Amino acid sequence: MPRDDGIGAAVRRKEDFRFVTGQGSYTDDLNRSGQTYAAFVRSPHAHATLNSVDTSAAAGMDGVVAVFTGHDLADAEVNGLPCGWQVHSKDGEPMVEPAHPALAQGKVRHVGDAVAVVIAETLTQARAAAEAVDVDYGVLPGIGNMSAAKAGKAQVHEEAANNQCYDWELGDEAEIDAALAGAAHVVELPLVNNRLIANPIEPRVAIGDFDTATGEHTLYTTSQNPHVIRLLMGAFVLGLPEHKLRVVAPDVGGGFGTKIFHYAEEAIVTWAAAKVRRPIKWTSDRSEAFMTDAHGRDHETVAKLGLDADGKFLALKVETDANMGAYLSTFAPAVPTYLYATLLAGQYTTPLVYANVRAWFTNTVPVDAYRGAGRPEATYVIERIVEEAARQIGMDPGDLRAKNFVSPDAFPYQTPVALEYDSGNYAGTLEMAKTAIDYAGFPARQAASKAAGKLRGIGFSAYIEACGIAPSAVVGSLGARAGLYEVANVRVHPTGSVTMHTGTHSHGQGHETTFAQVIAERLGVPIENVDVVHGDTNNIPFGMGTYGSRSLAVGGSALAKALDKVEAKAKKIAAHLMEASDTDVEFKDGQFTIAGTDKSVAFGDVALTAYVPHNFPHDELEPGLEEQAFYDPANFTFPAGCHIAEVEIDPDTGTVTLANFVAADDFGNIVNPMIVEGQVHGGIAQGVGQALLEGCVYDEDGQLVTGSYMDYAMPRADNLPNFTVDTQVTPCPHNPLGVKGCGEAGAIAAPAAVMNAVTGAMRAAGVTKPIDMPATPSKVWTALNAS
Amino acid sequence: MSSVSMTINGKQVSGEVEGRTLLVDFLREHQRLTGTHVGCDTTQCGACTIHVNGEAVKSCTMLAAQAEGADVSTIEGLADGDNLHPMQEAFREHHGLQCGFCTPGMIMSATALAKRNPNPSESDVRHWLEGNLCRCTGYHNIVKAVMAGARAMNA
Amino acid sequence: MYEFNYHKAGSVADAAAKVAGADDGTLMAGGMTLIPTLKQRLAMPSDVVDIGQLGDLKGVSVSGGTVSVGAMTTHDTVANSADVKSAIPALASLAGGIGDPMVRNRGTIGGSIANNDPAADYPGAVLGLGATVVTDKREIAGDDFFTGMFETALDEGEIVTRIDFPKPEAAAYIKFPNPASRYAIVGVLVAKTAGGVRVAVTGAGGTTFRATAMEDALNANFSASALDGVSVSADGLNQDIHASAEYRAHLIGVMAKRAVAACG
Repeated sequence: MPRDDGIGAAVRRKEDFRFVTGQGSYTDDLNRSGQTYAAFVRSPHAHATLNSVDTSAAAGMDGVVAVFTGHDLADAEVNGLPCGWQVHSKDGEPMVEPAHPALAQGKVRHVGDAVAVVIAETLTQARAAAEAVDVDYGVLPGIGNMSAAKAGKAQVHEEAANNQCYDWELGDEAEIDAALAGAAHVVELPLVNNRLIANPIEPRVAIGDFDTATGEHTLYTTSQNPHVIRLLMGAFVLGLPEHKLRVVAPDVGGGFGTKIFHYAEEAIVTWAAAKVRRPIKWTSDRSEAFMTDAHGRDHETVAKLGLDADGKFLALKVETDANMGAYLSTFAPAVPTYLYATLLAGQYTTPLVYANVRAWFTNTVPVDAYRGAGRPEATYVIERIVEEAARQIGMDPGDLRAKNFVSPDAFPYQTPVALEYDSGNYAGTLEMAKTAIDYAGFPARQAASKAAGKLRGIGFSAYIEACGIAPSAVVGSLGARAGLYEVANVRVHPTGSVTMHTGTHSHGQGHETTFAQVIAERLGVPIENVDVVHGDTNNIPFGMGTYGSRSLAVGGSALAKALDKVEAKAKKIAAHLMEASDTDVEFKDGQFTIAGTDKSVAFGDVALTAYVPHNFPHDELEPGLEEQAFYDPANFTFPAGCHIAEVEIDPDTGTVTLANFVAADDFGNIVNPMIVEGQVHGGIAQGVGQALLEGCVYDEDGQLVTGSYMDYAMPRADNLPNFTVDTQVTPCPHNPLGVKGCGEAGAIAAPAAVMNAVTGAMRAAGVTKPIDMPATPSKVWTALNAS
Repeated sequence: MSSVSMTINGKQVSGEVEGRTLLVDFLREHQRLTGTHVGCDTTQCGACTIHVNGEAVKSCTMLAAQAEGADVSTIEGLADGDNLHPMQEAFREHHGLQCGFCTPGMIMSATALAKRNPNPSESDVRHWLEGNLCRCTGYHNIVKAVMAGARAMNA
Repeated sequence: MYEFNYHKAGSVADAAAKVAGADDGTLMAGGMTLIPTLKQRLAMPSDVVDIGQLGDLKGVSVSGGTVSVGAMTTHDTVANSADVKSAIPALASLAGGIGDPMVRNRGTIGGSIANNDPAADYPGAVLGLGATVVTDKREIAGDDFFTGMFETALDEGEIVTRIDFPKPEAAAYIKFPNPASRYAIVGVLVAKTAGGVRVAVTGAGGTTFRATAMEDALNANFSASALDGVSVSADGLNQDIHASAEYRAHLIGVMAKRAVAACG
């Protein structure tokens, strides 16, 4: 009988007691003795020279401890924020990589760019003094979008001619153009992937602390990857060695990518805490978050798909402009290139794919990875143009997809865009989704809507993602300045309970439960005897954190390897206790047995023996039972599936109602189906949000128009229906748990599904020119009435 | 500075506050009740939801001084030791939380609904939660949890 | 927030005196607009005089054909008042659609109309139902009360104490909310009264206004179809990233028809 707390069980989460009782410990809940407070002076202008920054009045105000500007940081040799990925243009030149000072020097380049920081005894004093810092700005023309950047209305960085960061390509353009020229049908589609703001409900917080006795710096921060922050901040910005720098990310209230990156505030509070010899806390308010948290997406694309007379895909050509914002955030250059163009084969056998991506600097907040990061943008291109192709050639969109799928017996499958897919069954998830939404019943539902004066549409999105990020050698060859392995440490205590340390970080994903289930299953110990620890560089050997649906596929694999080592050592101890050879020892359900005998010893007894080694094979083993493993994946994992959305439009107002949404996903093996479903729900909501509600708007000059929840539409409970989610399992063949990852699927698949449904419904009303996301009532009504 | 007194989770407390001190800051900073969270500055996210005299309010949009003499309940007052309140239990049982940051406000809002409507429909719950943002769950499991929790509270 | 002195008023007269005696005093009702404004450091009053708790200004009463709502009555109280629901269900439903449950527990009718946010709901009710605004000094007809964006006929320091709503023969309020803020992009209140049909629009312009062409059409024939061909000009209507003036003008027609239909 399977364990009720092991792999595959819908175990209720271990972390929930503290969260439902208000006892979670988020960064802003922490206070250090003698703590001061930081408030930043931020630019109200998109683009301006800093003629002068006069801090004298502020410095004399009540409670002010210190005021620092960009000059102070430069004098102290505090470096700018590093970029973790280098992309080369098609001419072989490296991308333009301008300095990103933690406090602006000479110029501000986006609304919210930090000019100075005030540290005071109380937050109100810090804010009051921040208002008293007198900044003389020389306002310059601002660049609010990529068209303005290309037009060269102003130059964001002196070293970036025409505001271009890079001009990158993948594939052979001449070959693709020839293939398109010979195609029976060519479908062309311009698409905008709207700029989003991640908006975890917990705003960012950073607390810097310095121990004068030990010389240790500590940063408490809302991060998805404390070791990465330690590496970037210690090695590149502040020049602090790892053994004197501790980074703690306690309970974190959602991340969605935007808490991956190293931010200026982290470095400043860490540096300044040592300078003023007091702890310093900075808590972002939501308005500040809108203009400082890295944004996501923001692509403009023209795609062309060539098909033969039978509907087989021949070639896909994609030209994309990607907005980098004012500076290069930590992983920004990789998102529209290696995390995007390499996915453009989708689930299909398209033999030729070409992508050209041009990245631009603008006077806007830096853009970086947001849930899915590149893969939602790729899926949106493929799945929108495939749907459009089906409409233009008059084929059922499901049938057109099925005709072009990579077949289940074709794996491993080498795509034309560098990736080797490992396993999958795309027709399986397509059929599963069609059944779940009653695809055959759609015409009747559409007729019923029509009778009620409404328009109804249905849309598919057959997505694939590359997760389990990532094989270090591969990403290194593509420009990553880090490895992307993961680390697990399994500490078995003398009484048989277990503490596991992981380099991944949970900020909602439920690692404390999922990883504990793997341990309970493998070691046969009850889950309540297992604790999973993350988020503190002093406790955990190393780690690259959580993003890219990597935690179980990479961190769980490290755990499986560490458990292999624990089991191997424990078997030797058990063999010694049973006076047998360890090769004869079997381990199951927490018991070591010798095949064919009634000899057995419990896991707890082995653990005790390891720490009380009176009868112990000292000549062969060290005492103790604690093992560690680093795991570097052999390949990416490839979660895939099919989502279908059904919408109803009220033509009188343009309101789109999401009538139904089904998801059929293949995540490989599943450890906790309850948690997996929750991850899919959350991803879908963000994807639907992108399609129907959310859009970050800058005006032409770079003023942020959607600077609060008054103007940035967040999905609320009454915007969404219940979702139907189901899974099929084709295990990942190259990692020990056979898992692929589930955290981003919804955000990747949903936008195309919803927009295919919306544009389908509008097409039935005679609107053939597709609208872009978000499909707001105003936009839908305007398009319906232009026709 | 002036003095303010109120009952919080059944306990009489008082403290010195400025006129501008928000109730949520009084709870978090003066009383160290950090279960009540702040997620926005425009009275929309609902992470700061508590009960004042039995009614759900956003404690980020109320001054501490306005709560003089009031009966205040926060997330910390809901469970009886290790025994969770039925709404807390329902959130755990139905996986109605992920990162947990919006959860205290969600639960306080949900218990207020359950007091008025012992058996809310899915649509009742979705409309009631208009003032509580969650970025993790897509609301699906929150809605399930609130429906189940309301029934359990009124069983 | 900037520093200010907080006062709890003991009575309307006390509140008026405290505001008058302050350097730059302001009244606070439920605080649902004032506190966020203070938090954003967009206002710097020397003194905030809280009238939200004044019991005299709370509650609903019905006398003859008039529903009187105390100025400090919360939206939630109005939404759930059996008296309001039976006398003017449109008013209860309008109040139940303001903000969210937590905002409705604090926000008040007096605060809402005195603030006169162009996207607020209550101004549409006061104008559309032909209510009378009663203050500590006088009575002001609903038709005269809203004078411009965030502007009213109230004098400096004048305090709204009560709003008297005459019971209509039928009324309905339908709003089209902003997808982000949930305030009204357009809200239309249609009321059939003894003195004829009144159509008040909120959200669309600088302040609430009556759609007189619609009133004329409905006085001739009270049915949604009577509004076919009656359009509202987009000139002067609000324009933002959520809705153009043309879209707002169109929505006024759609919401008005729905409100007429909802009048039964």
